[in-house]
Amino acid sequence: MNMNSQKVTIAGFGGQGVMMIGQMLAYAATEENMHTLWFPSYGPETRGGTANCSVTISKKEINSPVFAKADTVIALNLPSYMKFAPKVQQGGILLYNESLITNPIQPEGIRVIGVPINDIAIKLGNPKVANMVIMGAYLELTHLFSEEAIVKVLKKLLGKGKEHLIDINIEAIKAGREHILKTRGQSC
Amino acid sequence: MNQIVYKKTKGLTDTELSYCPGCTHGIIHKLIGEILEELNVIDRSIGVASVGCSVFSYYYFNCDMQQAAHGRSCAVATGIKRSRPDSIVFTYQGDGDLGSIGIAEAIHAANRGENITVILANNAIYGMTGGQMAPTTLIGQKTTTSQAGRSEALHGLPMKISEIFAQIPKAAYVERVSLHNPQHVLKAKKALKKAFTYQMEKKGFTMIEFISTCPVNWGMTPNEALKWAKESMIEYFPLGVYKDSGDEHE
Amino acid sequence: MGKVLMKGNEAIALAAVKGGCDAFFGYPITPQNEIPEFLSKYMNEHGKVFVQAESEVAAINMVYGAAGSGVRAMTSSSSPGIALKQEGISYIAAAELPCLIVNVMRGGPGLGGIQPSQADYKQITRGGGNGDYQVIAFAPENLQETVDVVKESFEIADFYRNPVMIAVDGLIGQMMEPVDLDRPIRKRNLEEKKWATTGQSTGENRRIVTSIHLDPYDLERHSMKLFAKYQKIKENEQRYELINMKDAQFIIVAYGSMSRICRSSIELLSEQGIKVGMIRPITIWPYPKKAFDEIPASVKGILCAELSTGQMIDDVLISNNGRWKVNFFGRTGGVLPEPEEIVEAIKKMMGEV
Repeated sequence: MNMNSQKVTIAGFGGQGVMMIGQMLAYAATEENMHTLWFPSYGPETRGGTANCSVTISKKEINSPVFAKADTVIALNLPSYMKFAPKVQQGGILLYNESLITNPIQPEGIRVIGVPINDIAIKLGNPKVANMVIMGAYLELTHLFSEEAIVKVLKKLLGKGKEHLIDINIEAIKAGREHILKTRGQSC
Repeated sequence: MNQIVYKKTKGLTDTELSYCPGCTHGIIHKLIGEILEELNVIDRSIGVASVGCSVFSYYYFNCDMQQAAHGRSCAVATGIKRSRPDSIVFTYQGDGDLGSIGIAEAIHAANRGENITVILANNAIYGMTGGQMAPTTLIGQKTTTSQAGRSEALHGLPMKISEIFAQIPKAAYVERVSLHNPQHVLKAKKALKKAFTYQMEKKGFTMIEFISTCPVNWGMTPNEALKWAKESMIEYFPLGVYKDSGDEHE
Repeated sequence: MGKVLMKGNEAIALAAVKGGCDAFFGYPITPQNEIPEFLSKYMNEHGKVFVQAESEVAAINMVYGAAGSGVRAMTSSSSPGIALKQEGISYIAAAELPCLIVNVMRGGPGLGGIQPSQADYKQITRGGGNGDYQVIAFAPENLQETVDVVKESFEIADFYRNPVMIAVDGLIGQMMEPVDLDRPIRKRNLEEKKWATTGQSTGENRRIVTSIHLDPYDLERHSMKLFAKYQKIKENEQRYELINMKDAQFIIVAYGSMSRICRSSIELLSEQGIKVGMIRPITIWPYPKKAFDEIPASVKGILCAELSTGQMIDDVLISNNGRWKVNFFGRTGGVLPEPEEIVEAIKKMMGEV
């Protein structure tokens, strides 16, 4: 794992919380005085459609916002998986939503890990925290930021009026981490 | 033996609509398609798509379509109808497109008595661009550019579009309808039929204003949105016929 | 002051406020909506002016009115909306009024797309409006530079009594980077706005803001006055950055997000032993012709790289003045190239010189 820079692409459909995952990583990087750049790409529809964002986190100044291959791709739905699976660096990670993507094609030379984020979120009692489940999984796989750092960002982002959602989101992050710890050794 | 009791109108293509769940654009599209089919004019209609959530309406209506710049649909429709007077020409516009940037083009098309039918989907907000304030946004309604709620002092009062157009002499038929329950959908369809019929009879400019919902940008569920449309929007924008030149004598 | 992670559009809005913006007039258009949205709240909360106009045309005319009355006014839009503003911009330049216009560029022509583009270059630098005028135009490449130049724009506009445009592609408007909003900017020696319609003068002292000059000799005099101003701006306000010029074999000329992509390309080429430098225009009008005089003797060719089918290329050819071979690389429609594509374009040039 090259800790000098990390390039992450997160993709799904509008409404899955794709942007938030990427932004949280960028906020965490800013807190730690690292260089970071986040940018979104999406179609004009407000719901449905495809949405993806890219985050670069680096110790040096970041040049190109766009990159050909990511260190990690997080895919939340099948069309995103199909589109971005070929864009993972050799030796990189393809982290995907197992609740919506079953038996996907597995590219060679990269770690492919599925997490049933929708099922886990429903079990936790709030389907909308699925994106935080995969955030937890990502943190456990890469240790890019501590859980505390991400939770600090989460609290700042949820802000006034949404404090009641903090706990369920933290639970989701923990559940994602647990899933990785439990299934370690089973991933390819 | 199986009997078909309902099927998709030929006035719409098979392309899947891309509107948000609970949006009333789908209903309006269906009504237009059904009217064009019932009046037997699908194959001689030309529609003008505007800029807003319905920017891709040219994928959905099963007739020739032109896409217009934001606010210019009525000017584009004028160009088309004057050139092809035997075609049935309609525009499909939102409250931002027609009420804001396009108000001059719309008023002048009406003033000249252009034989076009204007379909106005009024959901009191700019939907596609993410929920900014529109001319028809209600007092107190929170939008991304009226975050403390629309205020009369800062933003003026919501624009009553049907009432404005009713005052134009060559506006032949202007009615405001709603879609919040099946009875009103049926009434809306009748109004739309009358508008298109007047166009076919060369009576002049016709406009139907549909009280529409935007659940996503209103921050409501589809059901809450229908309720709000019924209780809040209709209170300020009363339903009814505002102009009917069929009542007048030449 | 520490850095704050912000979206480009929000940073632009906040920077404008820090630069002394008194009045904002705008209209919704993707991908710049965060600017009017932010300012609709901020300006009202701070006793300043915000109006969501009925159209981009109305908005630029509101800017004309506000600027004419002596306040710091601005508008923002995106390519098709900027096209609508051209008449108003011509009027503002003709009347010698200061203002800021922010253009968050998207793919065109026509309604085009909502993804980033640099295909407004000609609209910006060759004037989209009528008559002999120019806008002073900046094309920053990252959020910090954008914030700094937005803040400085009101000083420059007031100093020259001319519209200033800041053109960022949609990517810059939508991306998030950490920024310091309180870096000091260069202040100009500004005179009192004795020409502004403040509603306090009558008789001979009254102020008239107009662009009408019916007598042709009068209009010529006026246009020559503007011309002299533009000559002064060309002399003093060219801004550019030179990257990796020492012993360079090739020079890329690129701005905005394209220049950032090219920085990665330059790194990749360096790893392969190919030395490539870059001229990065920061002002696109006045075009930084002076930068071309700093190209070292080692250079064999120039690659103009744009997010368009080729608009800045004309200025590159003019500045080059026949000295080196010039090639072009472009992606358009909102497509962003990967750094490797520019690497290939340079290698292709290597085979040709």
